[in-house]
Amino acid sequence: MLLEKLSNARGVSGNEGEVREILLGAIKDHVDEYRVDALGNLIAHKRATGARPERRRATRPPFKVMLAAHMDEVGLMIVHHESNGHLCFAKVGGIDDRVLLSKVVLIGKDSIPGVIGVKPIHLLKPEERKQVIDAESLFIDIGAKSKEDAERAVRLGDYATFATEFAPMGAGLVKGKALDDRAGCAALVEILKRAYPFDVYGVFTAQEEVGGRGARVAAYAIEPQCAFALEGTICDDTPKNKDLSPVTRLGAGPAITFADNSLLSDRRLVNLLVETAKENRIPYQFRQLTTGGSDAGRVAITKEGVPAVSVAVPARYIHSPVSVLNKQDFENLVALMTKTLPKLAKGLPPF
Amino acid sequence: MSIKEFLRQLSQAHGVSGYEHAVRDLVSERFRPYADEIAVTPMGSVIALQRGTRADKTPAPQVLVEAHMDEIGLMVTDIDHGFIRFTHVGGVDARVLVAQEVVVQGKETLRGIIGARPPHVLTAAERDQVIPMSDLWIDVGLSETRVRDLVQPGDLVTLARQVTALKNDLVAGKAFDDRCGVVCVAETLALLATMRHPWDVYAVANAQEEVGSRGAITSTFQINPAVAIALDATYADQPNMSEINVVPLNQGMGIATGPNIHPLIHEKLTEIAKAHEIPYRVTAYTGTTSTDAWAMQVVREGIPTGLIDIPVRYMHTSVETLSLTDLERVSRLLALFCAALDDQFLKQLRGEPVAEQPAQASEKPKAKNVTRKAARKRK
Amino acid sequence: MATAKKTAHFPIFDKDAPPSPRAQPAKELAKKLTEAYGPSGHEQAVRELLREEIKGAVDELRVDALGNLIARKKGAGPTPRKKIMLAAHMDEIGVIVTHVDEKGFLRFAPIGGVRPLTLTGQRCRFANGVIGVFGIEKKDASNTEIKMERLFIDVGATSASDTPVGVGDAASFWRDYVDLGDRIVAKALDDRIGCVVLVETLKQLKKSPHDVFFVFTVQEEVGLRGAGTSAFGVQPDLALAVDVTDTGDTPESNTLAVALGKGPAIKVKDSGMLAHPAVKNLLVQAAEDAKIPYQREVIVGITTDAAAMQTTREGVLTGVVSIPTRYMHTPSEMADFADAQNAVKLLTTLLSKPIKLD
Repeated sequence: MLLEKLSNARGVSGNEGEVREILLGAIKDHVDEYRVDALGNLIAHKRATGARPERRRATRPPFKVMLAAHMDEVGLMIVHHESNGHLCFAKVGGIDDRVLLSKVVLIGKDSIPGVIGVKPIHLLKPEERKQVIDAESLFIDIGAKSKEDAERAVRLGDYATFATEFAPMGAGLVKGKALDDRAGCAALVEILKRAYPFDVYGVFTAQEEVGGRGARVAAYAIEPQCAFALEGTICDDTPKNKDLSPVTRLGAGPAITFADNSLLSDRRLVNLLVETAKENRIPYQFRQLTTGGSDAGRVAITKEGVPAVSVAVPARYIHSPVSVLNKQDFENLVALMTKTLPKLAKGLPPF
Repeated sequence: MSIKEFLRQLSQAHGVSGYEHAVRDLVSERFRPYADEIAVTPMGSVIALQRGTRADKTPAPQVLVEAHMDEIGLMVTDIDHGFIRFTHVGGVDARVLVAQEVVVQGKETLRGIIGARPPHVLTAAERDQVIPMSDLWIDVGLSETRVRDLVQPGDLVTLARQVTALKNDLVAGKAFDDRCGVVCVAETLALLATMRHPWDVYAVANAQEEVGSRGAITSTFQINPAVAIALDATYADQPNMSEINVVPLNQGMGIATGPNIHPLIHEKLTEIAKAHEIPYRVTAYTGTTSTDAWAMQVVREGIPTGLIDIPVRYMHTSVETLSLTDLERVSRLLALFCAALDDQFLKQLRGEPVAEQPAQASEKPKAKNVTRKAARKRK
Repeated sequence: MATAKKTAHFPIFDKDAPPSPRAQPAKELAKKLTEAYGPSGHEQAVRELLREEIKGAVDELRVDALGNLIARKKGAGPTPRKKIMLAAHMDEIGVIVTHVDEKGFLRFAPIGGVRPLTLTGQRCRFANGVIGVFGIEKKDASNTEIKMERLFIDVGATSASDTPVGVGDAASFWRDYVDLGDRIVAKALDDRIGCVVLVETLKQLKKSPHDVFFVFTVQEEVGLRGAGTSAFGVQPDLALAVDVTDTGDTPESNTLAVALGKGPAIKVKDSGMLAHPAVKNLLVQAAEDAKIPYQREVIVGITTDAAAMQTTREGVLTGVVSIPTRYMHTPSEMADFADAQNAVKLLTTLLSKPIKLD
């Protein structure tokens, strides 16, 4: 299963090579050409098939759709060797300090295992038990005897990822690390297997978690007429004591973003997705939150502007060592996109 | 001109972000003997081109080396009973302003003092508090009418500070962040004039870094280089600071790594430093490096970017301290790096197969159908 | 429509000047535009009003991919002509529904810089005309307790199923335009007053040696998004944003040497950009030459479309003409109409003549 391979692969922002290799293998027989750019984006191009000449004339300039899913995941970076051989680290992307305690991580090209240790509960003063330990005071122990020993195994700037194995669980769910956004990557691979009556650029982007930087430069190069970001997004449907937004619900279908910090989705694209879902009886939901951001936000303000929207597989516990998604939501995202895209053959309606 | 003398001139010139003209003139003069062309951009950055020498007639790829020439400063907001109220341009620590001598650039240049009330009249509680910038004032010793004649909201204020030589080749002064980088860019250009380099070198002193890399965004767009290297000041060792990412003075420089930095550029810089026994440390950044490098990397279709960190103590104060020896080393490394750029490196950057040396599968795919056409177009 | 009766609270600069023949139609446009619905991303209604207003008076009119309305008025005179871009944003701050609870109350998120303090007791209006009121969980909450997440919108529904609006629907403040004479009060003066200034400049500019692009931008309040993309398309030689700015003339306000009725403010600096000194001087010179009152603006904490236009492509020479406005980002923003008229005068003066940039 591709999603399993992708979830287990290690690719913190700026170091997406391993994920890119897997994706390259998965798409190369389904696209016309591909390349890797200066930031490490994998840009795949699938030419229009079966387009009738009059349609081509009707849509000027040639209609290009960009589909983006990001390869990178949040993780850690080694920033200092302590004299006793412990490693100090910093977070890459948004991670809650409280999820770091007592985890196993893999560091650098050689996947050196390490643990994030904490002081035993026996030795804690009562007030210490109530305190959050911030990431700066945590360290990774790789079992090194000294600073020199640690330096031989791990270099400054090496990336660390959580050591989490992908596996099925519960009723139709899977668990794994980095489902944000390897789920989007896996969905994009499926979507690229179909043919479309216009040019499609499937972009597996780098550095989303540090500011949508990959998507930004890819969109600049492609100049698409519209764009979709495929995401793994926040799901907060666990019990609460107040009637508030769950953001998304697991199993309720792909989640459409109407607004987040980076983007006010193009209403025409939102409507197109909703109509298509209704026509085809594909369950869908809105992402009921306006914070956070995605690649779509960066793409939207590229050059003269790009109508954009983001659609996501809900995933519980993202940005932690282990996240959970419903396989049905994943299938439905692929279904919704493959049913929606052909409707763009005539281009976008005017405002 | 010696590194020390040029640094002194630049440091003592006034050039708050957006108003870099005095510094720009000095930089242009320094670049001119080594440049084939010099231009100023709409944002006020200065660009010098030193052409590469190529055996064949093929167009030369471009490497951009830059540092920013603007400094943080103050700007007049209002005249209050003859005293001047002000805000900051760029990141200014209000604590270091108290009792500083300043220069107010009104219709005339005025000497001023950021006043501090004597301790005798203050309560103990008042002495324990940091004075917010909005409560500080500049005293130019003139009547209210005279001040209103000479000074208007929007006028600039900079700190008055001469460069001081300290022991062991250290110097202290204002605006070393990042005029020290500009000194190194100029020195690099001078060194390269005596070396063979196949690539065109664009030496750039950028405007408006302190207010959001606005000069770098636009000048990099204009040049669209194949490789861009930023030089900027970073934290040097000083008491009571964490050791993380700190580069001690007089021990070389930081060569940055992380998402902001192209891995092949980091690799090449460190290889050259090792080969020439130039001391360095690796500085690791998880996201932004808080330098022009962060902005340059995402210009247009993406620019492979590197960063050299120059250690400076007491950053964003008027007594920034650095080692002149470090500046020599940075210039030398950068010149060697520029001269070492060849066609093979360009191919590596573009992920194209390299004939002499088998491509490393880990970083770049050796795919047959990588589109040549799609490779970035150069002007 | 109220007539323009003078209030004498503050002296104004051109008190003795005859009232501009265009003041009345311009005020009517201000009323129409400020009362229109247009939170960021939902600028359709405002765009249509503006399109109707200007379509006979321009040489080209188009809407770009994000919804910016771009009008071009060709210059007279030898080519190549300078391209000058004026930008005012159509969008206003607002709210967007994020959750409908079982009883039909709406939870929401802000669009742009909405302060919760300004909401309780206020009303909002959705695109379909539904009116809602803002309520708070605890009626006795102190000011510090007023947080966005404790507020909700009540549209008079009794359950989730009979709610006339849903998740993802946006609303703007709902308030009438009021004419106090010199001063006007309305929601969304930020930046519909700028739109009025652009329309008036467009109509009053008889002959210009430049190609002037009047751009009504989208999504300024959520991050200057329309200005960046439209400037990329227009590629101007000079760009000017026309937007509102804060004032320092109300009781105990922050130090800010900008007041209502003392003329448009020529920006030197804000939190997002430093006006190019040459552009700032150009505006100052034009104001001095035509004896138009003006102020110099150095402000902290806000920015405008100019910040995005300035760093487009190789960089653009950029400045800002600001209309001083009190109570910004509340449902009752106040401006002095004479400042807007003087801004029109400043811009028409500047654009009628050749411009030397350097």
